[in-house]
Amino acid sequence: MGWTGKVLRVNLTNGTVQSEPLNMDWAQQYLGQRGLATKYLVEEIDAQCDPLGPDNKLIFATGPLTGTCASTGGRYSVITKGPLTNAIACSNSGGYFGAELKFAGWDMVILEGKSPKPVYLCVTDDKAELLDASDIWGTSVWKTDEWIKAKHQDPMMHVATIGISGENGVLYSAIVNDLHRAAGRSGVGAVMGSKNLKAFAVRGTKGVKVRDGRAFMKATNDGKQVLAENAVTGSGLPTYGTQVLMNAINEAGASPTRNSREVQFEGAHDISAEAMATPRSTDGEKNLQTNQACFACTIACGRISKIDEKHFTVVNKPEYWHSSGGLEYEAAWALGNNTGVNDLEALTYAQFICNEQGLDPISLGATISAAMELFELGLITTEQTGGIDLKFGNAEALVKCTELTGKAEGFGKELGLGSARLCAKYGRPDLSMSVKGQEFPAYDARGIQGMGLTYATSNRGACHLRSYTVASEMLGIPEKTDPLVTEGKAGLVKAFQDATAAVDSAGICVFTTFAWTLEDIAPQVDAAVEGGWTPDKMLEVGERIWNMERMFNHRAGFTGKDDMLPPRLMKEAAQTGPAKGLVSGLDKMLPEYYQLRGWTADGVPTTETLSRLAV
Amino acid sequence: MKYVILGAGPAGVTAAETLRNVDPTATITMIGGEPEPPYSRMALPYLIYGKVGEDGTYLRQDPKHYDDQRIRYIQGRAGGIDSRAKKLSLSTGEVLDYDKLLIATGANPIMPPIPGSNLEGVETCWTLEDARQILKYADKDSPVVLVGAGFIGSIILEALYLRGCKITVVELAPRMVARMMDETAGGMLGRWCESKGVKVLTNTRVDSLAKGEEGQPRLQVGFSNGESAPADLVVLAVGVRSNTGFLVGSGVKTNTGIVVDNYLQTTAPDIYAAGDCCEGIDISTGKPDMLAIQPVAVEHGRIAALNMAGHKHHHRGSLNMNVLDTMGLISSSFGLWQGAQVGETAKLVDEDNFKYMKLEFEGDKLVGAQCVGMTDHVGMLRGLIQTGFSLGEWKDKLLVSPERLREAYLAVAHAHPTTGPMAPHINTPRVGNHAGASGH
Amino acid sequence: MLKALVIDAGKCTACKQCEMACSLENEGEFNVAKSRIRVFDFHTEARFVPYTCTQCAEAWCQQACPVNAITTDGMGVKVVHDNLCVGCKVCTIACPFGTVNYNASTGKVIKCDLCGGEPACSDACPTGAITYQDVEQGGFDKMKVWATQSANATTTEGPNTPKAGQASGTGH
Ligand SMILES: Cc1cc2nc3c(=O)[nH]c(=O)nc-3n(C[C@H](O)[C@H](O)[C@H](O)COP(=O)(O)OP(=O)(O)OC[C@H]3O[C@@H](n4cnc5c(N)ncnc54)[C@H](O)[C@@H]3O)c2cc1C
Ligand code: SF4
Ligand code: SF4
Ligand code: SF4
Repeated sequence: MGWTGKVLRVNLTNGTVQSEPLNMDWAQQYLGQRGLATKYLVEEIDAQCDPLGPDNKLIFATGPLTGTCASTGGRYSVITKGPLTNAIACSNSGGYFGAELKFAGWDMVILEGKSPKPVYLCVTDDKAELLDASDIWGTSVWKTDEWIKAKHQDPMMHVATIGISGENGVLYSAIVNDLHRAAGRSGVGAVMGSKNLKAFAVRGTKGVKVRDGRAFMKATNDGKQVLAENAVTGSGLPTYGTQVLMNAINEAGASPTRNSREVQFEGAHDISAEAMATPRSTDGEKNLQTNQACFACTIACGRISKIDEKHFTVVNKPEYWHSSGGLEYEAAWALGNNTGVNDLEALTYAQFICNEQGLDPISLGATISAAMELFELGLITTEQTGGIDLKFGNAEALVKCTELTGKAEGFGKELGLGSARLCAKYGRPDLSMSVKGQEFPAYDARGIQGMGLTYATSNRGACHLRSYTVASEMLGIPEKTDPLVTEGKAGLVKAFQDATAAVDSAGICVFTTFAWTLEDIAPQVDAAVEGGWTPDKMLEVGERIWNMERMFNHRAGFTGKDDMLPPRLMKEAAQTGPAKGLVSGLDKMLPEYYQLRGWTADGVPTTETLSRLAV
Repeated sequence: MKYVILGAGPAGVTAAETLRNVDPTATITMIGGEPEPPYSRMALPYLIYGKVGEDGTYLRQDPKHYDDQRIRYIQGRAGGIDSRAKKLSLSTGEVLDYDKLLIATGANPIMPPIPGSNLEGVETCWTLEDARQILKYADKDSPVVLVGAGFIGSIILEALYLRGCKITVVELAPRMVARMMDETAGGMLGRWCESKGVKVLTNTRVDSLAKGEEGQPRLQVGFSNGESAPADLVVLAVGVRSNTGFLVGSGVKTNTGIVVDNYLQTTAPDIYAAGDCCEGIDISTGKPDMLAIQPVAVEHGRIAALNMAGHKHHHRGSLNMNVLDTMGLISSSFGLWQGAQVGETAKLVDEDNFKYMKLEFEGDKLVGAQCVGMTDHVGMLRGLIQTGFSLGEWKDKLLVSPERLREAYLAVAHAHPTTGPMAPHINTPRVGNHAGASGH
Repeated sequence: MLKALVIDAGKCTACKQCEMACSLENEGEFNVAKSRIRVFDFHTEARFVPYTCTQCAEAWCQQACPVNAITTDGMGVKVVHDNLCVGCKVCTIACPFGTVNYNASTGKVIKCDLCGGEPACSDACPTGAITYQDVEQGGFDKMKVWATQSANATTTEGPNTPKAGQASGTGH
């Protein structure tokens, strides 16, 4: 019923697999996916452990709505201790893999230890096996996907895998499923690689049932109706994808540009959603070929793009001439605005490589841009880069760096450390645009103040998906707040964080929250599983999850001092646009936030808070 | 018009119904050679393991069906045919005049020349009566020797297995289903059977059948390898032969089966033939052959009937195809599964997981296929082979990744505009359509 | 008036809501592996194709069935009767479209039966890629055209179609 009630435990060291019942008390407290898997992780691993060592665990988890017809009900998350941050890592992905895992009868798969040799996990309903991966070790995501389907003679399998980057410990390697959907952030792919686990293939033929079918159909149909009627989810996202934001955010003066030296990118229009949908002057085709939905998604924001066959990136490389997962906003920004490159085809190619080799384009783009700044400062030279002229705006340099990082070769090995380690190595840690070691995405904390607090307090390092206050500050969802002020943002961030934690634990996509509130989601969850799921209960679960994650980080050695933005955002004011003259007001928001959270002035949850939430 | 149909298997029944369909006023008589309502031999295995009762094997369930269709159904054996006088005489003494006659007498099992094959407990598995006999002797845990591991033998094997018998299967050929699949597939099936506790003896002949000792099972079976085994039941399934003996002197020419032209007419005027008793065209070779499968019998029956009724209908040929469930391992083969004379092969073998897929191409067309462990959308293989679609670039893809055959099928069968990619398009959700499924 | 599912692959986003609606309607659970409709993903060509039985006039599946377990109803829909199906799978190899599938958990076959006239899949499709329309109306469809192409081995009439006179145009 919603939950399958079964957890698969895989010990890679011994090569054993074992089924165990889901802890139903925890399910009531943490719902599923992000919350529930994090609960398992914090109970089972030492927060101080080496994220790339055998003591770390890697959990693939679905939510109660995964594998149902609830719109976007196909998500899964990968939960582990992240090697980029040393903090809790939780990366969420769409595509079809999550639903398939649920159909195979598993709420969660816990991978522990380290395999003595490369293996992949193959799950077909109840049957789980660790199989030899020596033939695919050293190959890309795309090759691995193809090889596994051929090996098992089953094109209906769904595969989540790492590319060469993950095998080689690139610290922001992603786990990519269905060729171009990714559990992208925090280096979950590197953890998988460190365990000698190349891939996870799944085929499921068992059904998912819900608690109350009639109520479920009513609630999910109502939900779909809300999504269809909403301007963002009903037309903006399907038509333009998340790239709908490119011009808007740039105009708002909140688009970090050239490693956040600036807040507006003159080339934004060239790489925007509109540009993707305009026929190219070269071959008359559009970059954007169609939109694709993830499992059960009635929004369909996914971009399927095709690169101009004559473009320098792919000329004579027919293996890239087909359509595949294209740019969404964060990637376009990271690879584009942030590096000063306005060549749409080059960015699309870099995105393809990120898919093909399993890289997080946000951290990749931000690390390259930091390296570009170091290069322009003369701290990195062509000696280190292997001859690459790493100047801002150089599309060829961007492409080359992406390829090298994907394969963890040459200068790509250094880039694979992420910006924090790279900048520290070259003596300018302040040039890393990251929090807790993870690069922040496409919103400037000076132009959208709430996002500064979001980045600073995000439990997995800088991230927009932990509390997307952009919705409120830019789009007026659920109500409009002024992006340039700090007042009220602490409460806004907390509310978004708690609600998002609940949404991430349900098996659905956070983009639904452009249209849905917990009032729309709770009835769907409630009809799927036992437990009387009201919006309030979900919010409480969200807050519980947030504090649990915080406590894990606390035990891992993080303190309030780590809730800090790069000095550039705190000291160098925006020079153009609406935020001209502003720096981030984090120092004003943070104390209020701690207080609202029921944490000490140092940012530690008080015992009262923890006991109130039963963490 | 007076139509007489000799034989009441799938070919005969289909022909009778088709005739009624296209000629509402004709007189139609259908003769069955067994004292049963028209039934399907194919369903006998399911009767043997109890999935259906006898009525579950009937070709049509409604007992009034033939009356409703004004098809006169009688029982009797053919005595002789006078093709000049257009008369058919039956063993019952009845003589029937016909304007057009269809012979649809099917095939008979071949009796191997083994001493003792007339003993009690030695059975073929071809008729409903045979099945009744088998049910008598095959109890749970009874030792059973099955002679022949061809396609039909293997189907019987599963039925006996599901009935709970202890089975030894003896096959003269070096592998199981030798006329349906290659060494790899046959080997897999053999290993699978062994893993289910069935004893498989290939390259082995049954040399003798004798009465068992007192207190021992009914029979003692001697093998060419010198061993012997006790058995409560021996089932013979070594092949079939067209049932044409009664045609001697009728002017209907026979080869291994009745010789027919492209309209399923025999060499005698106004006499047609359909099903297992005749040699229709095999679409893969363009040559006459006796395929002995149910879908072909039905196809023949319908086409012959149309031609008999004057709707001239050319028979292009039938595709040889089989699907087999061997204790849960499902295999299938189509067309030229042995490969074209000049052609290419795509193949995937996974011995550990009992999975196999092999595609045979001639030029850029699929001409044959075999699969083990694959059922989803398997009919697409027939579609691709029988239509002879040019696979174009998909052939090269399939040579590398045969498992993508379903995609290939859709891509070529629903050929989208072939020049240039589809115009980019965006799909947005519809408002107001979520009245939706009712829920359960 | 005969009605049919009309599929416009150009509108499909591959969300698989149809597969879920179908499995819920027919199996009482969400289980795309048992859906009668399946969406094929040609993302390298930016194309997604929902695919199911067209209720083809030839009814290859029905013709091949040894025990009459598939029949054509008054609306031209080919329906599997579970009580009669012995699970021999001959229909699965006989349907040249590959739209009858074996369901190992029941030992019988499954195919689209248009949900008795209220197709759950088309209801659930968020983009209008699957609609339920009068057969005569526009463009039904490439699949039908193809069905006729592939029919050149036999006629367009099934063996169990009892009504006299219907087949007068067959053959040739
Ligand atoms: C156990 C078993 C399993 C099978 N499994 C499959 C399978 O899975 N798939 C498949 O495609 N095929 C299968 N077959 C083969 C299939 O059953 C035959 O191909 C099919 O029955 C042929 O139909 P028919 O109408 O030509 O002949 P039959 O079904 O043999 O019918 C012949 C009819 O003619 C009558 N008859 C015979 N001689 C005379 C005579 N002298 N006078 C009067 N009447 C006579 C008989 O009584 C009968 O009514 C199987 C067969 C058997 C025995
Ligand atoms: S399942 Fe196949 S043969 Fe049967 S009606 Fe549908 S398309 Fe025709
Ligand atoms: S599987 Fe069932 S429906 Fe299909 S041919 Fe066999 S008995 Fe008929
Ligand atoms: S009409 Fe009904 S049975 Fe047919 S594919 Fe759609 S949902 Fe499935």
